[in-house]
Amino acid sequence: MDITEFYETFFEEAEELLGDMERHLLELDLDEPDPEQLNAIFRAAHSIKGGAGTFGFSVLQETTHMLENLLDYARQGELTLRTDIVDLFLETKDMLHDQLDAYRNGAEPDPEAYARICQTLKQLALDELGHGVGSEPEADIAPPERAPSETESPAAENMIGEEASEEQAQVAQDADADSGWLRVVLLNVSDKDRELLVEELGNLGTVKEQHGDAARYEVVLESASSRDDIEAVMCFIVEPEQLDIAAIAAPTETAQGEAEVASAPAVSQDDAPAPEAPTPTEQAETPAEKAPAQAATDDKPANAAPGNKGGGAKKKAGGESATIRVPVEKVDQIINLVGELIITQSMLDQTASELDVASHGPLVNGMNLLQRNARDLQESVMSIRMVPMDYVFSRFPRLVRDLTGKLGKDIELVTEGKSTELDKSLTERIIDPLTHLVRNSLDHGIEMPDAREAAGKPRTGTLTLSAQHQGGNILIEVKDDGGGLNRDKILAKAAHNGLAVSDSMSDDEVWQLIFAAGFSTADQVSDVSGRGVGMDVVKRNIQAMGGHVEIQSWPGKGTTTRVVLPLTLAILDGMSIKSGSEIFILPLSAVLESLQPSNDDIYSMAGNDKLLKVRDEYLPLIALHDILNIDGSEQDPTQSIAVILQAEGRRYALLVDDLVGQQQVVVKNLETNYRKVPAISAATILGDGSVALILDVADVNRLHRQRANAPRHAELTASRQEDVVHE
Amino acid sequence: MSDMTQAAEAAIDTQSQEYLVFSLGSEEYAVDILKVQEIRGYENVTRIANAPDFIKGVTNLRGVIVPIVDLRIKFHLDKIEYEGQTVVIVVNVADRIVGIVVDGVSDVMTLTSDQIKPAPEFGETLSADYLSGLGSLEDRMLVIVDIEKLLTSEEMALVEQQAQ
Repeated sequence: MDITEFYETFFEEAEELLGDMERHLLELDLDEPDPEQLNAIFRAAHSIKGGAGTFGFSVLQETTHMLENLLDYARQGELTLRTDIVDLFLETKDMLHDQLDAYRNGAEPDPEAYARICQTLKQLALDELGHGVGSEPEADIAPPERAPSETESPAAENMIGEEASEEQAQVAQDADADSGWLRVVLLNVSDKDRELLVEELGNLGTVKEQHGDAARYEVVLESASSRDDIEAVMCFIVEPEQLDIAAIAAPTETAQGEAEVASAPAVSQDDAPAPEAPTPTEQAETPAEKAPAQAATDDKPANAAPGNKGGGAKKKAGGESATIRVPVEKVDQIINLVGELIITQSMLDQTASELDVASHGPLVNGMNLLQRNARDLQESVMSIRMVPMDYVFSRFPRLVRDLTGKLGKDIELVTEGKSTELDKSLTERIIDPLTHLVRNSLDHGIEMPDAREAAGKPRTGTLTLSAQHQGGNILIEVKDDGGGLNRDKILAKAAHNGLAVSDSMSDDEVWQLIFAAGFSTADQVSDVSGRGVGMDVVKRNIQAMGGHVEIQSWPGKGTTTRVVLPLTLAILDGMSIKSGSEIFILPLSAVLESLQPSNDDIYSMAGNDKLLKVRDEYLPLIALHDILNIDGSEQDPTQSIAVILQAEGRRYALLVDDLVGQQQVVVKNLETNYRKVPAISAATILGDGSVALILDVADVNRLHRQRANAPRHAELTASRQEDVVHE
Repeated sequence: MSDMTQAAEAAIDTQSQEYLVFSLGSEEYAVDILKVQEIRGYENVTRIANAPDFIKGVTNLRGVIVPIVDLRIKFHLDKIEYEGQTVVIVVNVADRIVGIVVDGVSDVMTLTSDQIKPAPEFGETLSADYLSGLGSLEDRMLVIVDIEKLLTSEEMALVEQQAQ
């Protein structure tokens, strides 16, 4: 049995806990700290410490230990929090994150950074409290002297006229803790996990007795650790519901204790109608059960139970989100299978549609039902991948706080549409570009407070992050109320860089210039209030996600960057088109309209290039069969269909033979088993089981321009293609 | 004890391997059977524009998009027909699934190391780099192809090269 199997779980949980810690620290109101939040921060540190101890990550454990002690003073009201203390806590949190990463990569954390943070934390404790905190980090996970048990804290917040019994319960509990004897009951734990847990308990203390079966296994332990510590450690392996830890008075009373525990669920059920307890049955399963059970062994069941139990139930309700952790591959596999199901269903549908409805009524009805259910199923499965934008937005308060401090600016961050959902894989990839945009806005967009005041604007600048759905897309905006882009300076810089510019360019075109590669090395452009670093990288990343980015800017009023992304990369609303005998899919989001061109609207330019006039606009006319060398296609443009497409801000007309229909397609990666194909973004499977390629609208245009520039090359490719056909 | 005898047997057997034998025209080729995932008919292949001629396109293998390579075109065989006997051997190499079109699959054979002769330094079309050797079986000669090396090679253009 190898404990390293559980490393990954610990890392993930610890990361989440650190995220929680940071969020609470940032939200903390320093004048009037919410005890609930202080407790949440404390609990996060405490749980990480417990886990780190179990897995032998001593540096991480000791750092959290010191932080935890300070947090404990803070929640006791002995340490008054100030901005610089919160800053220090945030810094410690970052340090913990680094340490976690180091352990995750199988390395030891940086000892210097550790020594430094230890020193700083100790100094803080000395300055603020007049005595040291955890100056000798303990090697084992013995609890800090002051750290009260977990049940105490929620109970303390839960004073509903129960003070008297509360105190008694507390006394009882303290007495327990002194005895050092604990009974740990494991409910429905697999043999494998149990073995590990018992081994783990052995590390925490001395296992005196163990017996039972998979459904209920009891371990009697003599240990200096508190119940919470043990629970925190074990919860990395099992769920809290599967654990029941109770302090027992003395070894001789073990048997008696057991007898009483048997009756404990009954006690808790009697108490269940307490306001916080959801249902009696659930109550019996929750960790809160340990409260009455413990009280029972103490001969003070009646008065101790209600207060403690209420607290326990509240903790469960608040502390546990109803989610499960599933590896992404499993979700992808389900999505894949559902895609297959949809394809099978449409194949069946095609066959069934050839039958006579009158004589096959039930079958046709069944097919309709199957279609609806399959679509619903697909929709539900796709929604598994969706996560709220809050996942992305939640990292910006910290960035804004840090940067405003550094820049000496006063900036308020407003986020809108946090619950807007986006595909998980996209949220991860959008973080970097967005961070870039936010940094730019903070650094170059929003002016210094004095400058703002001089311009008649409030001293505090506002940065707004918003997200909203727009059709099949998500629109993410980064909006600042700063000075806006400087048109003249951008033009001057562009001309200097050798880009083709003219004064008659529209604003939109000018703003697009800053996305040009190499345009924006920070030092030259930063005085242009201007979007310095790597905007071309931002644009490229967003385009790689199938989205696009545009800028709106008003001098003196601010700049808005709009990022439009598809909601998911896994399915696509497509239009199927035909050229020759081949079927292709066009992403519907790129299709503006389709029409049958007449000879009067087709103009030629420089011999070969053709243009199509659509409502006073001349669009390049690209024949799909030329680009993809398709045989047997309609050569006469007036007999074809022109689909007007837009990609990367450019429009063109694509000549195809026929429109087949619109359908949602499951996007399949071509590169899994093959390679990137020019002009093709991915593949999909049609209703008849054959593969159709999805066109990359922007790349088709690029390929066309390349060929126009190098006609000889195009001829070569064409002649090679002919060889293929002959063979 | 039994472990030891098995180990001893394995030591004797290390040099013998099972091969899937297929035909391209009148020539017989063999590939390591452990690389073969399945054998299926040639159907429903979607052409990929601007790809080398021996890449016939992609097909749907139970929801997975798989490229199909015609080795007969790659090896410059004269007669290339797609008929009932034409089959696709689906192989699994370098974490990729690729289908290869051959004229037919004949049998599975076990070859011992002394039956495998070194491949001569020959061939403009099929470099010796892609051969594991030549299998000699009475009057038959099997060209043993290192299918993984062949399919991941640059000239097959199936895999995006790291350098690019």
